[in-house]
Amino acid sequence: MRAMKTVPYFLAVLFAVVLGVTILSQAYGTGGISVSFTKVLGMTLCLCLAALAMDLVWGYCGILSLGHFAFFGLGGYMVGMWLMTARTEAVVRANMANNVIPPTEAEISQGTALQIFSVVGAEDWPWMWAVSDSLFLSLLLVVLIPGLLALVFGWLAFRSRVTGVYLSILTQAMTLALSLYLFQNDTGLRGNNGLSGLQNIPGVSAGQSYLSIWFFWASALALALGYVGSAWVVSGKFGNVVRGIRDDEQRVRFLGYSVEGYKLFVFVLSAVICGIAGALFYPQAGIINPDEIAPIASIYLAVWVAIGGRGRLYGAVIGAALVSLLSTYFTGGRAPDVNLGIFTIQWIDWWPVLLGLGFVLITLFAPNGIAGLFDKLVRK
Amino acid sequence: MMKRILLALAGVLLLCAVPSGLRAQTLQDILQEDPELVTDASRRTVGEVLERLVESELPNVPEFLSVWQDRELYFRESDGLFYYVEDPDADELTLIDIDTGEVAGTSGSREIDQLRPNRGVQTVIGSALVQFQLNADEPRVRRTALRAIDRDPEEEHLPLIRELLETEEDEDVRNAASALLTKLTIAFADSDEARVAAIDTLRGNISIEARAVLNPLLATRTEVAETMPEDANIARELEPGSDDLPLADAYEMLVAAELAPPLITDEERLDTLEANIVDGRVGGIPLAQLNTEAARERAYDALIASGAAEAGSTEAEIAEIVAGYAFYEEYRESSVAVTDAAESALASIEGSVALYNFLDLSLDALSLASIYFLAAIGLAITFGVMGVINMAHGEFIMLGAYTGFVVQSIVPNDTASIAIAIPLAFAVTFVAGVAMERLVIRWLYHRPLETLLATFGISIAIQQIVRQIFGTLSRPLSPPDWLAGSVEFNDVVSISSIRIAIFLLGVIFFVALWLILNKTRLGLEVRAVTQNPAMASAMGINPDRINMLTFGLGSGIAGVAGVAIGLFAQVVPDLGSNYIVQSFMTVVVGGVGNIFGTLAGAALIGFLQKGIEWMNPSNTLAAQTYMILFVILFIQFRPRGIIALRGRAAGD
Amino acid sequence: MSALLEVNGVSVSFDGFKAINNLSFSIGEPEMRAVIGPNGAGKTTFMDIITGKTRPDEGEVLWGEENRSLLRMSEAQIAQAGVGRKFQRPTVFEDQSVRDNLMVALKKDRTPWAALTYRGSDADSARIEELATEIGLLDHLSTTAGILSHGQKQWLEIGMLLAQEPRLLLVDEPAAGMSTEEREHTTDILVNAAKTKAVVVVEHDMDFVRRLNCRVTVLHEGSVLAEGSLDHVMANQEVIDVYLGR
Repeated sequence: MRAMKTVPYFLAVLFAVVLGVTILSQAYGTGGISVSFTKVLGMTLCLCLAALAMDLVWGYCGILSLGHFAFFGLGGYMVGMWLMTARTEAVVRANMANNVIPPTEAEISQGTALQIFSVVGAEDWPWMWAVSDSLFLSLLLVVLIPGLLALVFGWLAFRSRVTGVYLSILTQAMTLALSLYLFQNDTGLRGNNGLSGLQNIPGVSAGQSYLSIWFFWASALALALGYVGSAWVVSGKFGNVVRGIRDDEQRVRFLGYSVEGYKLFVFVLSAVICGIAGALFYPQAGIINPDEIAPIASIYLAVWVAIGGRGRLYGAVIGAALVSLLSTYFTGGRAPDVNLGIFTIQWIDWWPVLLGLGFVLITLFAPNGIAGLFDKLVRK
Repeated sequence: MMKRILLALAGVLLLCAVPSGLRAQTLQDILQEDPELVTDASRRTVGEVLERLVESELPNVPEFLSVWQDRELYFRESDGLFYYVEDPDADELTLIDIDTGEVAGTSGSREIDQLRPNRGVQTVIGSALVQFQLNADEPRVRRTALRAIDRDPEEEHLPLIRELLETEEDEDVRNAASALLTKLTIAFADSDEARVAAIDTLRGNISIEARAVLNPLLATRTEVAETMPEDANIARELEPGSDDLPLADAYEMLVAAELAPPLITDEERLDTLEANIVDGRVGGIPLAQLNTEAARERAYDALIASGAAEAGSTEAEIAEIVAGYAFYEEYRESSVAVTDAAESALASIEGSVALYNFLDLSLDALSLASIYFLAAIGLAITFGVMGVINMAHGEFIMLGAYTGFVVQSIVPNDTASIAIAIPLAFAVTFVAGVAMERLVIRWLYHRPLETLLATFGISIAIQQIVRQIFGTLSRPLSPPDWLAGSVEFNDVVSISSIRIAIFLLGVIFFVALWLILNKTRLGLEVRAVTQNPAMASAMGINPDRINMLTFGLGSGIAGVAGVAIGLFAQVVPDLGSNYIVQSFMTVVVGGVGNIFGTLAGAALIGFLQKGIEWMNPSNTLAAQTYMILFVILFIQFRPRGIIALRGRAAGD
Repeated sequence: MSALLEVNGVSVSFDGFKAINNLSFSIGEPEMRAVIGPNGAGKTTFMDIITGKTRPDEGEVLWGEENRSLLRMSEAQIAQAGVGRKFQRPTVFEDQSVRDNLMVALKKDRTPWAALTYRGSDADSARIEELATEIGLLDHLSTTAGILSHGQKQWLEIGMLLAQEPRLLLVDEPAAGMSTEEREHTTDILVNAAKTKAVVVVEHDMDFVRRLNCRVTVLHEGSVLAEGSLDHVMANQEVIDVYLGR
């Protein structure tokens, strides 16, 4: 029940943020926020959505997945394939428009493929790009592919009762395997070059100042829907069962519930949300490559949720927003150096140290994260 | 001796049937009998003078032949004598008497001719020379002669070597000669039976030479015909459009054999179309409509009809044309018996080579397993025995490697520095581990997943601090010289010394840890605390102290592993992250809670990875990918690892 | 009275240690049965086998009128078939209210989809209140289970079992750590349940067993040593040896 009660507050805060950003945006407002910072904010919302998904699976169901960025990245790759195909095709068409003899469709397709894959020494369309020319099918894949991976992986893992730390290591292995697979040049997704130029939306002539705010809105909408949906899922009887699994899996099983089925449901749902978050994130980032899927990214996601406070949906959002924005600030080179006389602290270098020690302090002294502290204040 | 020389010569000098009755005293005398045979030597005539030289039995004949063959013999027109020259590049040449070897005056380079026998003559001289060498008293010289033949084998060498083998007593020379005889027999023998018999002697011989002899026999050329020829020695049929013979290549062969018209590529066709635009139309078709294949074909056909373009096959048609012909690979060697024998001999060699390759691969896998074992064994203690997820384990490995680097930059001697670095790395990471346990981990024993996050925080902090101090560049850690080489067992199997050292280090670690855990008071207490902390402390064991020491031990071992890993890997600040996931997988696959499990896990993962690499050698990334996938599946079927603790104790 | 549960010649061993050795057991419906035995007699393993947590090496476990084998079913399927189990340590969802605990346990469609779309009905609320009354927690319906006393947690767990509407209740040491008063209440709940269901109580405490006033099965070293009324088995020399002789 608790989660559902937070929905109005959350939506109000989110709406205020969206309103504020829109008023300050270059496209519709005063221009107080640069285009690139609008993108950072939009991407932060996507990360919040991913953290929400992480909280669903970890905070509520007790599955510490250290591979959720695999789903996030897959979502990005799925939409990225369409963006890259459509945009490259437009460029190729434009180039060929001046040909004396108009090009055939096959020539355009070949030219597009050459443009995309010459960087890995290939010129044919790999099989996984089969539907990359269809926006609808690509969007369908954003949901289907992460969901399918989660379904297969989760089914295997849960049915053999792999739990706790073992499951965490296994999910980590999963994302490592996926990133190693994508790193190969001949697996069809351009190896370590990844997909690029994703910030350009084909068929849309509006400039980046508009695109950035539109994507910000879309991310906010996705986050709002994700929050409401997640709150609904965890607040009913389903939520009771799932939290029961987290606290005492055996008890739930002996009550006659198929624990594996519930876990699988939550895991797949969370993977799908992550995939959607990734599909919104990477067009704002502009580029995706296999590094994004490396295990460390998923660990960071878990850490955000821990810092924000797990088992509370808003905690995950707070953690993700706070840490990723602070990281952007300190590593963006804008934070002033601290001059200690004999030694100058440069934040770019020392931020990771501070962040790491911050994790330690939070786990030691605030096991329920920032939201936990917040709850204590409210209760007093 | 004389008889042998004469017999041997008979084969070579068949051409020159003119015996010489004259007996000369010196080389110069023999040459002066007919100097033109030397100055204007030809392949046909040179035999005569060679025979005279051989018959003379003069001891300096081989030296003379060698000089002549090397084009370093000189002839002075003015006195008609032959000379050697001390330094051919000098302005003033110092002449040397060919018989006495003494200086016989000087000469300007203009007054004297350098004799340059042509290639044919050189060969004949070489044969004669080889005979001398084959008959030399020292085995070393005979061996040299065999090597010379091996480099440049000729049919006429065959009887010479048979000859030699009849009397040769030196073991090495015999072996070399019989190997050479086999090679020459295969290459030059008249009958297929002899060649096949020689080929069969090479069965199972894994030396590179044996394969080098057999492989040329199986050289092929690709041919095309309307139907498959009956009489040719065909290696195999080729399917046009397959990987071995792409369609375009097949068609090109047809064009080259004038069996098909030249190919008009799509690009050429487009150029032709563009060149024939009339009033915005090509062949009567408006330009705008030329955006389909069919329209372009029609336009081009119209151009052909009007004579503006050449007829030819288009890319779309070549598959059909190619299908009407037979493509095949034909052996250059015409004898079927020989190619069959060579193929079967090669197959048997491949069999042996595969066996040795397997052995070699197993050694590789063993060393990879040792590396995984070293990287994971510390984790097996902290995670396996204590149940603590230490994400900073990889950073402890990295700290060990950097300790090695620091020691090496202070102590110049490699051996000494490694000897210092190993205990020091243990000490450094032991202290780091104990500090971490005291400050952080002991508060989180009942919350394993949060240990994971806290130690992850520590790991990124350590990594960044190291990056601050040492920079991101790779720091070299050089192994001592005695570890630089490798041990080779034969042409196929070899292993580098450093890998042997790592294997031994792994064995030492394993034994030492087993002893510590099973034979010492500390080990007993560790196991007691692991199994029942409450009972252990009731019996007077201080669990705090034990946890601290165990964690220190696990961390210290990671440090030593770091020194070992640093010897062959790049020492960079994120060295540890490359090992952490693999290390966890090793421990989990092996079975948590005992070091035998880690051993089994490391062996499984190491051998598996090498096995997959062997199937797909070009791609280690793919090998790692599949290895991880296998591990994920493996855990489904044995969730508790290879060596699982069973029963109620393992239940919860 | 036909048997509801029949266990025939079941054995299981862990690393060579025979925890259950050729054990046979049967219980009808309704019936109350107490299972006693010294530590390590295999009482908990016996329950593990029935509820599907442990697979026996040999033997069969048959259930219900159709004599279905329980050995091929998962824990959840066995629970749905009508076997409820209470653990030695009270296991309730400490994070959730008493009402939610009972609500989760109520006999309903167990699929995720059904749980997602579940809307509490008046009938369900009434049933929850009825159960709460029976276990004496009516005043604590909104209390978080974690802050209940030990005895209350035991009752809550029994209440959750009852909410499942099982045909067989397996109850592991329900009276452990309870005051005399609480024990009496527990006895009442169990005796009441045994009027309609089969109830197997594993217990150490002889006084509690005596109060249940039912047939007793004595387990020793993984097999049945004696069976009958409490007085009957306590007079058995073997049972005396087992309890006192070691």
